[in-house]
Amino acid sequence: MLKIEGLTAEIDGKQILKGLDLEVPAGEVHAIMGPNGAGKSTLSYVLSGREGYEITGGSVTFHGKDLLAMEPEERAASGLFLAFQYPVELPGVGNATFLRTALNAIRRQRGEPELDAMQFLKLARSRMKELSMPEDMLKRGVNVGFSGGEKKRNEVLQMALLNPSLAILDETDSGLDIDALKIVSEGVNALRGPGFSALVITHYQRLLNYIVPDRVHVLVNGRIAKSGGKELALELEAHGYAEVAA
Amino acid sequence: MNAMTSNAEAFLRRAEALATPAWVGALRRQGVEALARSGLPNRRVEAYRYTDLTPVARAEFGAAPKALARPELPAQRGRARMVFVDGVLRADLSTLPPRPLSDAAPLLGTVENSATAPVAALNAALAEDGMFLDIPAGENAGLIELVSIVTEGAGPIAFHPRHVVRLGEGASVTILETCEGPDGVGYLHNPVFEVVVAEGATCAHTRIQREGQGAYFLSSIHARIAAGGTYDNFTLNAGAKLARNEIHSALEGPKAACHMNGAQLVGQGQLADTTTFLHHAAPDCASRQTYKSVLTGNGRGVFQGKILVAQVAQRTDGYQMNQALLLSEDAEMDAKPQLEIYADDVKCSHGATIGALDENQLFYLRSRGIPEKAARAMLVQAFLTEAVDGVADETCRAALDEAVMGWWQGVAA
Repeated sequence: MLKIEGLTAEIDGKQILKGLDLEVPAGEVHAIMGPNGAGKSTLSYVLSGREGYEITGGSVTFHGKDLLAMEPEERAASGLFLAFQYPVELPGVGNATFLRTALNAIRRQRGEPELDAMQFLKLARSRMKELSMPEDMLKRGVNVGFSGGEKKRNEVLQMALLNPSLAILDETDSGLDIDALKIVSEGVNALRGPGFSALVITHYQRLLNYIVPDRVHVLVNGRIAKSGGKELALELEAHGYAEVAA
Repeated sequence: MNAMTSNAEAFLRRAEALATPAWVGALRRQGVEALARSGLPNRRVEAYRYTDLTPVARAEFGAAPKALARPELPAQRGRARMVFVDGVLRADLSTLPPRPLSDAAPLLGTVENSATAPVAALNAALAEDGMFLDIPAGENAGLIELVSIVTEGAGPIAFHPRHVVRLGEGASVTILETCEGPDGVGYLHNPVFEVVVAEGATCAHTRIQREGQGAYFLSSIHARIAAGGTYDNFTLNAGAKLARNEIHSALEGPKAACHMNGAQLVGQGQLADTTTFLHHAAPDCASRQTYKSVLTGNGRGVFQGKILVAQVAQRTDGYQMNQALLLSEDAEMDAKPQLEIYADDVKCSHGATIGALDENQLFYLRSRGIPEKAARAMLVQAFLTEAVDGVADETCRAALDEAVMGWWQGVAA
């Protein structure tokens, strides 16, 4: 489903990804762990199409298509979703308008009928309930005045509505207390199934107690240094990246 | 000063040729004197350093056509309306019983420098009619529309309506003013408002300026606000080749308030200038100003905002914000906020931001499947929403939203 081969990328002339290989089959959840500066966030931005990164080599195929040739909105319509580490505030853009515009933009690109305001509200309300989100979050500006936990829940709400086939969770656990972590994890787990894969990027093993991965990869210095089962996360927690990845 | 005396000669000759009934005589004299003295200023005059009016002095304007046009009018939104076509007050198209401007004679030229500032002086020298809205004490006059339309066949006319709005104690009115005309014609619309707000009265004034792309729009609004009274102005400055939009407000009694907000939508070949002058002349008054400009192509925007707090105006609460969004490399915004404060117990703040669309916000929207063009439109709309949302009247707000959308569709096309 997602296949990355020999990916190299740089920003401002500095090479960050140095020949990264990774494959995520349909229906699997993979975790990427690694120290600061290893290239975790760069990988998530390169995959989602943020400007400013120079791809110098390698390839990424997603559902058999060249992901790197697509605009960010086309990647989203193809089923890719990035849950931001730092969700962006959009003053003046109501959350409901934002969610509905996004959902209908994707449905349009996928050739599906758009939802009217009533259909959308019904869907959004039921998803919000599952994520224990107060309904007034629909009326507020996107992420404006949201707490850290609310912003992350809003990311998971977007994911639940847009229904991606691959979700990249970039440090979704950062800044979350244990209750919020559980809610967010349940939101992700609810989507798991044969048509849903996830790339969970995290510093800490803690999140992986709640979102249990099929595979764990260690990203060090721009490439995958080691891969293993879920027990690799525990090993990393106990012995540190330096020893495990050496 | 002598160097500039001659540039308004064509206007002065026209003023001389006008019939001058007694009621307008004093005003015209003041205007002619001021115009002869200072002409239409160029950029050497500080208040016009970003907006040169000499192109208006050099332009040739013709007389209004003799035959009265019957343009298609937009649907009436207010309780009543007054319609000007090609600068002529049309009782036959208006639903508001017109009151002759001569009834307002004692007020003419009495509202703070409404005869002597250059834009107002030009009007004073040449004004022949206008709307006189006289709301008795305690009356709520509802929504009144003031419509100005220039027709296709009118040519490069010049017209100078002088509107007078007087609210008695505790009265209220909402004015929705729209100005429209054909593209590619160098006509001049030079309206001046004199607004007198008595104690506890409220005047809410929304203006949608969508003059044709070749037009000149030189406007000056002058308001005096008594104790406990409010004057609210929202101006959408979207049309004309050169638009100068001045507002002079004086807070003259305790607890008077003034809100001056607006948006400027400026495209290729356009200059839009908003210049505000706010005089806090009494204690315990509040003023709020938020102006937002969106500039495309080689559009140029200007915001000049001066707040003068007199020594008596203790406990003044003033706020002024000016923000501009530059959507192209060639667009330009000039901003000049000024505070002059003589009272010591004052809360006054101002700020300005000028920048491009935020790349993080744009990427966030696109990563959610929203195509780039739509994402940009959402962010521009959001930028303007904050300004338009402050307009209390729903009909006015809807008209503004419509005008903003229409402009954006034209830009994005």
